[in-house]
Amino acid sequence: MTALGVFDSANLNGGQKLAMKYFAVSLALFGAQVLFGVLAGLQYLFPDFLYGVIDFSVNRTLHVNALVVWLLYGFIGGTYWMLEDEADHKVVGLGLGNLIFWVLTLAVVVVVLVYLLVQVGPAEMKSIWLINEGREYIEAPRWADIGIVVAVLVFFFNVVATFAKGRYTGIGGVLVMDLLALAGLYLAGMFYTPNVSVDQFWWWWVIHLWVEATWEVLVGCIMAYMLIVTLGVRRRIVETWLYIEVALMFGSGILGLGHHYFWIGTPQYWLTIGGFFSALEPVPLVAMVVHAVFDSGVHRLKNSNHPALAWTIAQAAGNFFGAGVWGFMHTLPQINLYTHGTQWSASHGHLAFFGAYSTAVIAFFYLAAQKSRGNVWMSGNLAGGWKWKWSMAFLWMGMIGMTMALLIAGYEQSQIERAIEGSSWVGYFTAQAHPWFVQAMKWRQISGYLFSLGYVLLVWDLFTIGKRETRPIAELHAPSAQPA
Amino acid sequence: MTTEAWWASPSLWRKSAIWITGGSFVMLIFLTFDTMSYIQAGGKQVPGYSIINQRVDYQFDEAKNRYVPVIGPEEPLFGKKLTEAEAAALVSKGKLNTQAKNCMECHTLLGNGAYYAPDLTKAWLDPSWGSKEVREQQMVEFLMNPQDRLHNGIGRRMPNLGITEEEARATVAFLKWMSAINTLGFPHNFKAIDQSDAPASAAAPAQP
Repeated sequence: MTALGVFDSANLNGGQKLAMKYFAVSLALFGAQVLFGVLAGLQYLFPDFLYGVIDFSVNRTLHVNALVVWLLYGFIGGTYWMLEDEADHKVVGLGLGNLIFWVLTLAVVVVVLVYLLVQVGPAEMKSIWLINEGREYIEAPRWADIGIVVAVLVFFFNVVATFAKGRYTGIGGVLVMDLLALAGLYLAGMFYTPNVSVDQFWWWWVIHLWVEATWEVLVGCIMAYMLIVTLGVRRRIVETWLYIEVALMFGSGILGLGHHYFWIGTPQYWLTIGGFFSALEPVPLVAMVVHAVFDSGVHRLKNSNHPALAWTIAQAAGNFFGAGVWGFMHTLPQINLYTHGTQWSASHGHLAFFGAYSTAVIAFFYLAAQKSRGNVWMSGNLAGGWKWKWSMAFLWMGMIGMTMALLIAGYEQSQIERAIEGSSWVGYFTAQAHPWFVQAMKWRQISGYLFSLGYVLLVWDLFTIGKRETRPIAELHAPSAQPA
Repeated sequence: MTTEAWWASPSLWRKSAIWITGGSFVMLIFLTFDTMSYIQAGGKQVPGYSIINQRVDYQFDEAKNRYVPVIGPEEPLFGKKLTEAEAAALVSKGKLNTQAKNCMECHTLLGNGAYYAPDLTKAWLDPSWGSKEVREQQMVEFLMNPQDRLHNGIGRRMPNLGITEEEARATVAFLKWMSAINTLGFPHNFKAIDQSDAPASAAAPAQP
């Protein structure tokens, strides 16, 4: 092993070396998401900005698709990162896993270039196969869908084969079942139908059952590992909590799918089922907060990686507020009739994706930064520690600012466009031109710049953190260690 | 932590997780089958494609206390009555066009999509098209050349997406069909374009 504090991939096991590649692409795509978000936001304020060159639809496609892909890359990376530790065995089929990483990444690059340069196609199936499917979040053309399925199958093979040859932990068992569901659900989005109701019915199977069910459980698995590594929580406690969370998450989230079936032509009983179960969806998120805070308290926050733990606690809180509170606020049909399809959803989407998922992936970035420098102790008084703190502060200030601004825009829209004007063309633009809406868009943009600053600091920090640190993690666990 | 309470045992929660997940999933599958009978074209809440041969309206229903689609007399789109198969092909072409042009990343359809442009659920019925006599032609021309038309006072304009006349007509068919879906009162309070027969209409086809 090389000297402490020096970046060296020899510090990592096979799975972790592959994870580093996924993390690198993930971090870059996070940047792309921020960039295209800023451009799309500017178009609200200056409609002629990039008009006819990179129109709003293109910016937003890239904004949301970059989001989905950077988080998936982060999750795949996180899984490879913990795989050898969990299974106590080298990753089976690592060569194939490496190959598929390059294939997948090449496909992502091609898809992005086509979105940017080709943008739209004629009303023929070849547009769906080659350019984009025109379905929010899963725009990737059909050829790429098939590529994604193949890549996920290879990833799944790596995971299952490694656990099978090594050992199955509780986390491993949940992870494998969850990945199976996650991959299977993607197939529900791979068909064309002229019937927009049937289209959206299955589209939500992919989007909702990913984001509000299988992704939540996947994050539960990797964060369970995170708590074991950073805090040293006992496996039995972490795994029991994981089972509780799975029960609550799937118990509320699977039928909570019904909150997307209020207004798309689906039968009336979904108002009751969707309303009831989605109202329960915050419950597992409360459990996660209790779990994270309780464990941190029991261990008196004594941990080996302050930035990773800070982002882990931020994950529990962000998930609860973003997905739980912000979701609950507009989930009952009685209010959703007016908020559906307004900036209210954008407000919830921003805080929920960031709170529940971005935070978890960023925590893993810090775990990776730590180990690749030979497991340095990332304490509170780490050299250059201001960077992670300020990057976290700017990212959160930016995110909360955007969320609040979008929420105000959503209130205004739901009252003026929806309730009063009845969603007509004139009603829509009356609401868009209202000073409350315009002000909200300005504050959203300023908050977006703050968030961008946080991102730049984050990248700088990830490349430099722990550089001059000389204390190994082992010192923390020595009997005489000072609390950090 | 010497003895463990029964409610804290991992095996209890593992079993609970499996049963709850399995039970929820079975329920979802059952409901999915049932829902399909409502949302297939010609189902209980989603009309067959030949609905574009008839007038589609959207009115407040006192008994249900919400807005519902109302199907009126024959009023074929572009004055040409289509068979179910022809109508299905036309609507399908229109739907394909909305995907190929990625409409959903500015507009919402049935309230889902992006929020940069108006919701399209009832676009066919929007009073902004003027009158029902000029609506079809207005919509086709708008879709083909949106960039130089007045949209609103805030300067936001739809870009020219290279939509051909054939694609534009198909898209109008899709929008007319979509406006006939029973969306349980969404959007609420929408005041549809006047479609009464009062003025003599040049577009009205000869009665069979």
